[in-house]
Amino acid sequence: MEKTVKPQRNNKVTRYNKWGYIFLIPFFVVFVIFQLIPLVSTIYNSFFENYRSGLQQIGPNFVGLGNYQKLLTGGDFFKYFGNTMIMWILGFVPQIVISLVLAYWFTDPSLRLKGQRFFKTVIYMPNLIMAAAFAMLFFTLFADTGPINSMLQQVGIWSKPYSFMSHVGSVRGMVAFMNCLMWFGNTTILLMAGMMGIDTSLFEAAEVDGATAHQIFWKVTLPLLRPILVYVMITSLIGGLQMFDVPQILTNGTGDPVRSSMTLIMWLNKHLYNYNYGMGGALSVILLVVTAVLSFAVFRFSASSEVDN
Amino acid sequence: MKRRMKMLTSLALAGAMVVTMAGCGGKSNTSSGQGTKEKSTSTSQAKPAEDTGKVLNIQVWNEEFKSRIENHYKDYQKVSDTEGKIGDVTVKWTITPSKDNAYQNNLDTLLPKNADASADDKVDMFLMEADYALKYVNSDYTMKLSDLGITDDDLSDQYQYTKDIVTDKDGNIKGSSWQACSAGMIYNREAAKAVLGTDDPDKVQEAVSDWDKFSETAKKAKDKGYKITSTVNDTYRVYSTNVSAPWVTDNKVSIDPNIKNWVDNSKKMVEAGETTTADLWSDDWSKGFYPEGKVFAYFGPAWLINFSMASSTDGSIANKGGWGFCVGPQSFYWGGTWIAAATGTDNPNLVANIIKTMTTDKDVLREIADKDSDCVNSQSVLADLASADIPKRKPTKDDGGSITWILGGQNPYAQLAEGASKLDLKNISIYDQGCTEEFQAAMKNYFDDNASYDKAVAQFNKAVVEKYPELSTD
Repeated sequence: MEKTVKPQRNNKVTRYNKWGYIFLIPFFVVFVIFQLIPLVSTIYNSFFENYRSGLQQIGPNFVGLGNYQKLLTGGDFFKYFGNTMIMWILGFVPQIVISLVLAYWFTDPSLRLKGQRFFKTVIYMPNLIMAAAFAMLFFTLFADTGPINSMLQQVGIWSKPYSFMSHVGSVRGMVAFMNCLMWFGNTTILLMAGMMGIDTSLFEAAEVDGATAHQIFWKVTLPLLRPILVYVMITSLIGGLQMFDVPQILTNGTGDPVRSSMTLIMWLNKHLYNYNYGMGGALSVILLVVTAVLSFAVFRFSASSEVDN
Repeated sequence: MKRRMKMLTSLALAGAMVVTMAGCGGKSNTSSGQGTKEKSTSTSQAKPAEDTGKVLNIQVWNEEFKSRIENHYKDYQKVSDTEGKIGDVTVKWTITPSKDNAYQNNLDTLLPKNADASADDKVDMFLMEADYALKYVNSDYTMKLSDLGITDDDLSDQYQYTKDIVTDKDGNIKGSSWQACSAGMIYNREAAKAVLGTDDPDKVQEAVSDWDKFSETAKKAKDKGYKITSTVNDTYRVYSTNVSAPWVTDNKVSIDPNIKNWVDNSKKMVEAGETTTADLWSDDWSKGFYPEGKVFAYFGPAWLINFSMASSTDGSIANKGGWGFCVGPQSFYWGGTWIAAATGTDNPNLVANIIKTMTTDKDVLREIADKDSDCVNSQSVLADLASADIPKRKPTKDDGGSITWILGGQNPYAQLAEGASKLDLKNISIYDQGCTEEFQAAMKNYFDDNASYDKAVAQFNKAVVEKYPELSTD
């Protein structure tokens, strides 16, 4: 009896499974056309010398790893990678701190914050503005004769205008500040979702046991929030590595002063000026590898204790 | 099941790869085909072929040429903002802004395909700027004017420099301009009175007649609270016009001694607080169009005076007629628009007629000068204008006014004509635009003390090779 029932069940499962695959087809088609093919052709292109000189097409000529060699030996790659990471960290650290604090306040029932909805909307607002528009706004605000300079001069803090755009610190700082301002609302919402997902009985138990608010935050909330934190970290890291629009518009594509705010993608964009698919492709592939390695490292590092447990 | 799925997916992946490779292979074939230029079959025939096209496509980057045609080409009837009619031919304007190289990118995609494009989509005519004109002139995508039936005689009244810019390596002229963009120093009369005690163009010219005197005046201006120029980039074109060799020779980039002079003089002025390092066209740059901006002078041609200096805004110096004009330390030119006929046009006679009318017909050129205050590309018309009494017409929202109003009654045409006849543009290359942009950007770091001169040059070299991988640097 049993022997006959079992295969029947399997058949049924298989038949249901078929629908699963069918429903996956749209995704796979879109994935193949818009992700896989571009990905593979990027890798393929990265082995060729292939660009336009004015109206003339040079290549494609197979150069093997020549493009990679050119990119990695100049020392520029590491400089721009460094720029990207510095600006990302400068923006990410304050962002995660502010978001944690805000999320904690918003989810703490004992605080009974008024107008939560309003504030949640407001802090999310900057994310709705286009990054380009945001950068343009800052560019105008902080121009040598812009409102910030003239305000500070009128108040008497500075006797002559400070060129924000000509100093490494101020340009990087502005980029970091903008990214922080744009994304802290988004992070807050994510962390809030994470915090609200924690079983309230755990907080109650901790309270009954006499834990202070401080202890509850560090010993209960944070450890249980780890999966969300790791998610936030990794998505922000990937976004950070691909940083482009804000510094591009703010510095008019130059990455000045002395290319200290030039990010990797801005560099990639420079190569696309003459349709240099070879160098562009090689840079994209390197970036893909770097992103994968870093994401994996963050994941291992942050989730290691969980894995151990 | 699982194994079969795995196999299926890997098959699909492999398939996708093969398809991609095939796609790339195909593409590379066609593009390498592009590399070998098609030889134009046109051997200097005196008369172009019959017009067969029903649509005349014109590629431009702003409204300027369109409004010139609307106002001065008699047969043109405006239909809408981007369309018009000449007889039974529809004229279609495609405007692609120059910013971020968009205009050239557009041309670079369209022109190679022009021979195969359908009749109504063929580019018949396009405009070029001096900084990159050679790129198109030296290609087979522009037609020789002689093939259009425009003779050297027709062009004899034009300034030589405007012809040099569009002369290809074999000596054929392949474009024509209605403007002669010789330029000079546009000074703030109020500032000149305060600094030099006079606003008379000849006296001011004496005070800036060479670069040493110019820097002396800069010191005096600073004592009176004026910046000599709004930014270091204002004087760049003056130096770069007067170089002794092009940016690129034999695929090698070199910095001309006169460009180095610009760097040295500018650095001194920035350090002395006599000018700034703002970008051209930025808000910081244009502050000096108003009296509060406290800028002594700008450098530019007639179009800058009329179109860019906020002449129609109340309170601007231009609106009050507060500028003066003199030649400045060295003659130079800036900008200008050349009309070229695209190879493959199906309206060659109409194109020829437009080019001829707009750039060589003296009556039309005089009309353009009177109405739009362009410094037109005709030696005889400019000579007439220099001695003419040009009425002052105040600029308004709809009318740029007359140049004599903006210059406080001064007639600048004598100086402009003199400047245009002195210009010698043997030292241009197809890389000028990219080199200029990157050089100014890189040197900003040196002027701002963020890098040494050598470091700034290194950045320039790097940026140029990114833009033009075929070039080498020191």
